Amino acid sequence: MYFHSVALDSDKCHGCTNCVKGCPTEAIRVRDGKARIIKERCIDCGECIRVCPYHAKISVTDPRTLTQVCKHNVILVPPSFYGQFEGVSDVNVILTALKKIGFDDVYEVARGAEYITAATARLMEEGKLPHPAISSACPVMNRLISVRFPDLIDNIVNLISPMEIAAKMARREAAEKTGLPDRDIGVFFVTPCPAKMTSIRTYMFLTEPVINGAFSVNELYAEIRAAIKKIDKPEKLARASIHGISWGREGGECAGVPSPRVIHADGVNNAVKVLEQLESKDIDADFIELSSCPGGCVGGPLNVENPFVAAARMENMIVAHEDVDPLGEFDIDDMMWKKDLEPVYIMRLDDDFTVAMGKMEEIEKIYEHMPRLDCGACGAPSCRAKAEDIVRGYGREEDCIVKMRERLLELLKEKAKKDYIGD
Amino acid sequence: MIKHYEISGTDFANGGEASSDFKTVLKKLGVPMDVIRKVSIAMYEAEINTIIHGHGGTCDAEIMPDRVVITFKDSGPGIKDIDLAMQEGYSTATDQIRELGFGAGMGLPNIKKYTDDMQIETSEGKGTTVILTIKL
Repeated sequence: MYFHSVALDSDKCHGCTNCVKGCPTEAIRVRDGKARIIKERCIDCGECIRVCPYHAKISVTDPRTLTQVCKHNVILVPPSFYGQFEGVSDVNVILTALKKIGFDDVYEVARGAEYITAATARLMEEGKLPHPAISSACPVMNRLISVRFPDLIDNIVNLISPMEIAAKMARREAAEKTGLPDRDIGVFFVTPCPAKMTSIRTYMFLTEPVINGAFSVNELYAEIRAAIKKIDKPEKLARASIHGISWGREGGECAGVPSPRVIHADGVNNAVKVLEQLESKDIDADFIELSSCPGGCVGGPLNVENPFVAAARMENMIVAHEDVDPLGEFDIDDMMWKKDLEPVYIMRLDDDFTVAMGKMEEIEKIYEHMPRLDCGACGAPSCRAKAEDIVRGYGREEDCIVKMRERLLELLKEKAKKDYIGD
Repeated sequence: MIKHYEISGTDFANGGEASSDFKTVLKKLGVPMDVIRKVSIAMYEAEINTIIHGHGGTCDAEIMPDRVVITFKDSGPGIKDIDLAMQEGYSTATDQIRELGFGAGMGLPNIKKYTDDMQIETSEGKGTTVILTIKL
């Protein structure tokens, strides 16, 4: 039912609880010495990939051989990718390198972002945006809202992502250029995060996939760096403006919104704080941009460069004015969701209120006798989560080593008493 | 089921912890969000009142099949004139507290607005008990 790009390399997992503690949806438990991901809860944010000291958390992407299936392959390049290469400030160099390593053509996601900016502005002017409107660009945020804040689903702008609109445009252009039927055109994405990979596989808001697959930035990195070194004169391939490129860092999307009342928050825990506040009361803003990764997409867990260095580099990308290709006419319907985001009530203890109450009482009772050290040794992120796990049937009280020690001491005491009295 | 909270009298920074914890409980029970929102706002206001005016106290939030009853109890100075206290904009908060952004005189009126019933028992010099009821 669920596909997740985030997965565990079991051989590398030591069974420590770094990932368990860092997970924003409490989706990981250590069982039998290995970390297990609760699929229903995972939002593919990749926090676990970031914190795992043993690199046991991985992102499943596609094999490069997938490009052999189609006759003409286009690679979609996200703006955050431009910041990955030291000493490179010309977008054309990076795009040319991608062609050199085997792709037939390139398409900038930054251009897709410009279309989304234009569409968002139009919807805002026509009064068709929810209030406040939450950006739909970060797939982690869409999942986070559907599992933790289902009542905020209606606040999400129902436009597809820059990556998806870019894929649609790339497909059309490739068909025109080559005369090939759509099935012979492969469109791939070089992804900075597992969530984009997941959104490609599940195409949440579309009725059919528009992207064939994705390769991670760190997978292509070395090859591209080598290709960059061999470029004498780059091809003129860049078409996006600096506005589209700025979407690669946090705040970049907000900059294009025609209202000064905007909020941008980066990092999944910061985003949670904004959503929690929005859930209880109105926030004085017209538009909210949330990105799961610190610094925005440049902070993606599959990127190579330090996000702050990459963001500064992106800021200084040189885009020749004459190279910027003005946006053509666009059909807003073509950019709208074709499927709605479904709420997932995973936090609920039960669909029946009375049953849920009973469970809650039981949780409170168990929690009262817990050590409340939140040590994580039982494999759950906190004593409270453990109490909940026990009631939900995921765990046992005996898993608690602190309680076990207490029991052991008691037994020893009893035994000592018996020995003293003599049987 | 009753959730018990201790409210510290000086702790502005942590003000709202009880309402935020109780919100999570209601979410886990599957209570509709519009009800949770009302509970959160009313409870937060009452919690801040307990800190500012009551100098701390207790909060007991009881969940029943058809309603939530939340009782705030403090041993503060009590309310001299309840009618006046219910007026929007009226506040006895000190300048120091106002400088922190509290004491706008909207506490009790907001609690009344977001609850189905509000009872105040107060006696000067002894303390105040505020009981909020929100239907589920």
